[in-house]
Amino acid sequence: MENRGITFGYGFLTQESSFDVQFSLIEYDGSHSYFRAYLVGLLNTILVSVIGIIFATIIGVIVGIARLSNNYLIERTAAIYVEFFRNIPLLLQIFFWYFAALRALPLPEKAEPMFGVFFLTIKGFFIPAFVWNNLDIFIYSIIAAIIAILFVRLYAKKKQENQGIQTPVLSISIGLLIILPLLSFFLGGVDASVEIPVIEQLSKTSFTFKGGLKLPPELISLALALSLYTATFIAECVRAGVQGVSKGQKEAAASIGLTPNQVLKLVVMPQALRIIIPPTTNQYLNLTKNSSLAAAIAYPDLVLVFAGTALMQTGRAIEIVSITMLTYLTLSITISIFMNWYNKKIAIKEK
Amino acid sequence: MFKLVKRLTSVVAMFAVLFTFTTETMAAKKSKTLKNTQKKGFVRCGVSQGLPGFSNADAAGNWTGVDVDVCRAVAAAVLGDASKVKFTPLSAKERFTALTSNEIDILSRNTTWTLSRDADIGLTFVGVNFYDGQGFMVRKNSGISSVNDFKAGVSACTNLGTTTELNMRDFFNSKGIKYEPVTFEKADEVVAAYDAGRCDTYTTDKSGLAAQRIKLSNPDDHMVLPETISKEPLGPVVRQGDSVWEDIVRWSLNTMIEAEEYGVTSANADSMKTSDNPAVKRLVGAEGELGAALGLDNEWSLRIIKQVGNYGESYKRNIADTGILPDRGPNELWTKGGILYVPPAR
Repeated sequence: MENRGITFGYGFLTQESSFDVQFSLIEYDGSHSYFRAYLVGLLNTILVSVIGIIFATIIGVIVGIARLSNNYLIERTAAIYVEFFRNIPLLLQIFFWYFAALRALPLPEKAEPMFGVFFLTIKGFFIPAFVWNNLDIFIYSIIAAIIAILFVRLYAKKKQENQGIQTPVLSISIGLLIILPLLSFFLGGVDASVEIPVIEQLSKTSFTFKGGLKLPPELISLALALSLYTATFIAECVRAGVQGVSKGQKEAAASIGLTPNQVLKLVVMPQALRIIIPPTTNQYLNLTKNSSLAAAIAYPDLVLVFAGTALMQTGRAIEIVSITMLTYLTLSITISIFMNWYNKKIAIKEK
Repeated sequence: MFKLVKRLTSVVAMFAVLFTFTTETMAAKKSKTLKNTQKKGFVRCGVSQGLPGFSNADAAGNWTGVDVDVCRAVAAAVLGDASKVKFTPLSAKERFTALTSNEIDILSRNTTWTLSRDADIGLTFVGVNFYDGQGFMVRKNSGISSVNDFKAGVSACTNLGTTTELNMRDFFNSKGIKYEPVTFEKADEVVAAYDAGRCDTYTTDKSGLAAQRIKLSNPDDHMVLPETISKEPLGPVVRQGDSVWEDIVRWSLNTMIEAEEYGVTSANADSMKTSDNPAVKRLVGAEGELGAALGLDNEWSLRIIKQVGNYGESYKRNIADTGILPDRGPNELWTKGGILYVPPAR
């Protein structure tokens, strides 16, 4: 490297980045450091991955169960969806959703409001934002509710073991989750008002929205493409898992008087999950790594912001690519450690 | 007697071989890149992924453009054949790494010459083959007729990883306007996004705007604002540390510009050998030993002019006649009101 006149060092991370990013979860502009630009990219990658994983899981489970349906139409529709979306390269799908979105979405001035306050436009999805007073107290109340729920569950379990009486844990939990935060409004001085996006004129023919929260179309189409693509694989994992539980288990469960819901919840799912989780972990990892395709459609993820713009502006290819690789490695390992922990938790515990 | 003649000729031949070998290696020894290029038989040239007028491939895969012509000139000088170039299309992000990691030997890809690029990352800029500046494209019906008409909230599409991104921030910051940068890796996606209405303005070098405008669905609905917000001297780049190669590329470009200055064209180059002007004679290799200093023969510059043409011919063929920028503006010779001025070849 010395021969080629390249210097090596990570000192540039503290320098002023002098470029802006269109969408950021933390406060950032060009006067911040390259390290902060890295954080912006990392958080955006995590954001789209989390959204993708949540939606991919929901769609995947629904489609996976639909594929087992006795209804021919539902089963076929799910099968066609799976075969279609998993056999087209992801990059093409991202392009399709992005440019389809750009073509199909209206310009801001022509956007029809949804429920009066949501505006889906070519420049982004504008939604009302909450303006909070004493947000911290509200968050504490939610944490308190979660801790209370954990205690209730512990108590309920003990009660069932000792006295054989079941407690309606779910209703109590929901009640706690609603009541405690509500109390914080009346007693804790928490106050939230809603800021609704308002249209604003930029020039004779161009408009945008001001106020509220803005989700860029890049984020929406990327999350959509990632979740639709990954959901097909998760659907197959779910189908394999449920089919992997032998029929005799269900019949035996039904014969001791469990309701169909209980059969699913207490007999089928615990066994199916053991088969579903390991391959689904792979899919979560894939989704996270695939999110790096964001660079193609201007979503400012880690690859675009850090391994893209920052790399170009500093010319420090080796340093930046090494940091980026380590970051993806860390993200993937974190997901896989969590999933392995979950897998162990639901594995058969032989006593 | 017969034996003696045979022996004599072999000795002469040996000397001849030795002599040519030494003259050839004088400079080749100094320049690894030159030696490698001559061994390979082609010049490895990094270009853009398609920017009409600068570097653009047609359906048959033939590259044309003013940036392409720089590489062709080097091939003509070094290998004697302007067609012996291997082009590698590179994104803005890949370009410098491709050069420093030895994938290419010349980067001729509308690249802005800046201090940090020149000094910091193992590159050397050899000259300027196009003086450009950053501008803005807007829709004609938007009513925006000057950069002063931009308002807070404006969204701007551009290529990522370019000086454009930095200039844009400097510009909007100096005006105190909050803006939304939408940056893509490839120019085609920038154009598509701007065309669809994702952005209110498309900003890049003015030559780029003129070239990309053709790709819009209705080019006539768009216009480039008159203001130029930055200096963008574009030029070829080589790796640091091979000064002979650097000189060859620099003087190949200078030869094209100087040829225009002296009125030497691809058509009349041969006849200029008998010109009365010693500067012209030097330029076409009829006088002096300029080639030897670069490790080349004396006809190197003549081949450039004959096979590629002078700068004016290249500009006309690639940029003016294609309707991209008919007006040469600053890219006119210094003698004609522009700023093209190269050191003399002597």
